[in-house]
Amino acid sequence: MSPKIPLTTPRHSATFDDYTLSEIRRAASTGIYDIRGGGAKRRVPHFDDLLFLGASVSRYPLEGYRERCSTSVTLGTRFAKKPIELKIPITIAGMSFGALSANAKEALGRGASIAGTSTTTGDGGMTPEERGQSKTLVYQYLPSRYGMNPDDLRKADAIEVVVGQGAKPGGGGMLLGQKISDRVAEMRNLPKGIDQRSACRHPDWTGPDDLEIKILEIREITDWQKPIYVKVGGTRPYYDVALAVKAGADVIVLDGMQGGTAATQEVFIENVGLPTLACIRPAVQALQDLGMHRKVQLIVSGGIRNGADVAKALALGADAVAIGMAALVALGDNDPALDAEYAKLGTKAGCYDDWHEGRDPAGITTQDPELSKRLDPVRAGRRLANYLKVMTLEVQTIARAAGHNNIHNLEPEDLCALTIEAAAMARVPLAGTSWIPGVTGSGGL
Amino acid sequence: MQQLIGDLMRTFDLAQSPLRELNEELHRQTDGSNQPQWEIVNPRGGHAIAVGLDAPVKVDIRGSVGYYCAGMNKKASVTVHGSAGPGVAENMMSGRVVIKGDASQYAGATGRGGLLVIEGNASSRCGISMKGIDIVVKGNIGHMSAFMAQSGHLVVLGDAGDALGDSIYEAQLFVRGKVKSLGADCIEKEMRPEHQEALTKLLADAGIKDAKASEFRRYGSARKLYNFNIDNADAY
Repeated sequence: MSPKIPLTTPRHSATFDDYTLSEIRRAASTGIYDIRGGGAKRRVPHFDDLLFLGASVSRYPLEGYRERCSTSVTLGTRFAKKPIELKIPITIAGMSFGALSANAKEALGRGASIAGTSTTTGDGGMTPEERGQSKTLVYQYLPSRYGMNPDDLRKADAIEVVVGQGAKPGGGGMLLGQKISDRVAEMRNLPKGIDQRSACRHPDWTGPDDLEIKILEIREITDWQKPIYVKVGGTRPYYDVALAVKAGADVIVLDGMQGGTAATQEVFIENVGLPTLACIRPAVQALQDLGMHRKVQLIVSGGIRNGADVAKALALGADAVAIGMAALVALGDNDPALDAEYAKLGTKAGCYDDWHEGRDPAGITTQDPELSKRLDPVRAGRRLANYLKVMTLEVQTIARAAGHNNIHNLEPEDLCALTIEAAAMARVPLAGTSWIPGVTGSGGL
Repeated sequence: MQQLIGDLMRTFDLAQSPLRELNEELHRQTDGSNQPQWEIVNPRGGHAIAVGLDAPVKVDIRGSVGYYCAGMNKKASVTVHGSAGPGVAENMMSGRVVIKGDASQYAGATGRGGLLVIEGNASSRCGISMKGIDIVVKGNIGHMSAFMAQSGHLVVLGDAGDALGDSIYEAQLFVRGKVKSLGADCIEKEMRPEHQEALTKLLADAGIKDAKASEFRRYGSARKLYNFNIDNADAY
């Protein structure tokens, strides 16, 4: 009788993991790349890898409930006759009617207005619901120019020229046929039911010199009243920010790879662009080198989830942040209460990202009238306002603990990093050392 | 420096007064404006001249202009007595823009209404992403014209360059001369009576008397790329 040979335990490949295998099978079966919404899901160095130092003997803190810590921010102070005043430095990022239901857009407007901040249109033009409910509305000027018209341009409080976004820098938008309803089709001058591709670059300008003339045209059309933002995806932040400043931007919006999209290729979302953490310091450096830090305001987006993230972005030099994904979750997206319905779509709460299919049980990323009705814009708007206020309180809590009476006084010296990667990207010392990789010599150890 | 000439015509000299003042004055005009006629002298190739107009005024620009002249025009009738730089009449909503000379790239880009007449030639990407505008070019047009054109009409009395109507949606293209090549999903289509009628009206609106609709060929979307199919990937 031969001895029994022991078997090794079954082992998954780290390279060919379950998700990778499922994607190969999906591609082989369908013959088309995977499209989804949201931002990068892979782990990248992020704000979690930073910590605040807090006050101690060398600095003293402010009393949490007694001493003021201001949160307001003014955007567009460079050229615009009417800059935007926001009570809090957390804005709502551009998301389109088309990608989102009209009720969801209205809820975003309501929530932002209660909290004293701005919301932003998207690649589908401006809806009356959104304008009506948004005290401060930023109108995006996108490559597709869907719905673009001078009346809405004049109704806007600021104009955001979108060059790119973090989820897909260099890529255009995509709205599949399921979501091209009659109203969406009409606003975009397109046949109903087609797969609609938004252009990846503007049709009437290329390069920074043209952008300068384009900004001039928009300023002339609006009589130099509105702040003009330029939004870029995180790719080469130092040069992109410097060129946007040169082109005449009042405000720069910088979106890292965790920033969401309504729909694009999975391969694009996960493999193109820089993590948000890696974008901020080069952008701030460009502003400082040009003597424009705090004169041209910087809004950072991509993976902002709580007050700590906001505080860290501000400490690294941003003037404000923008949230997209987090705002949708506040409205009710990916709620575990809907798990049974997510299961029917082959997913689960917290993972649902097939927003392009238009079957969102939460009624947010859909154009289906029955599903859309599920979202009460008043109640959802209130939830968003609550969330924004909590985040603001959290930022104040941290700022006071660091001894600041204005959250914009947070600075890199308030931070340390938990990993060498985060220390290098954020240009703050590795915790417990004075070593900033790439900045100081190893003698700091 | 502005001069009142006669009761109705107002002359604005861009060598004397800044662009911002001109556009602000033009924006103050309303439907019942008592300043319905404007003459702009010394444009000197300047950018963003007469942009964002929103009243039925008549504007004559004596000379050539730079980028985005008459951008986002509504209701106004703007004539450039010279040539126009890139993006003339971009995103025009209504009204009429006439270029007596040639137009550079992206003429009429994303335009949503109104009539753009180019009496000379138009460069590349004429009518790119057009969304309802009518464009009539008496001369030739350059490559990639009517790229991703969504709706409206592009009429060309001369020839068209490479890749006409690439990725076109529902815009209708009429060309009298030769087409160097058609872009992805753009095909020649039958000229039915309703197309002849629409084209005849467009030619008349543009003041063209020496061309007949029957001399043109019609091009438009094959509609084969409207929904994704992996086997069409090599079409691009």
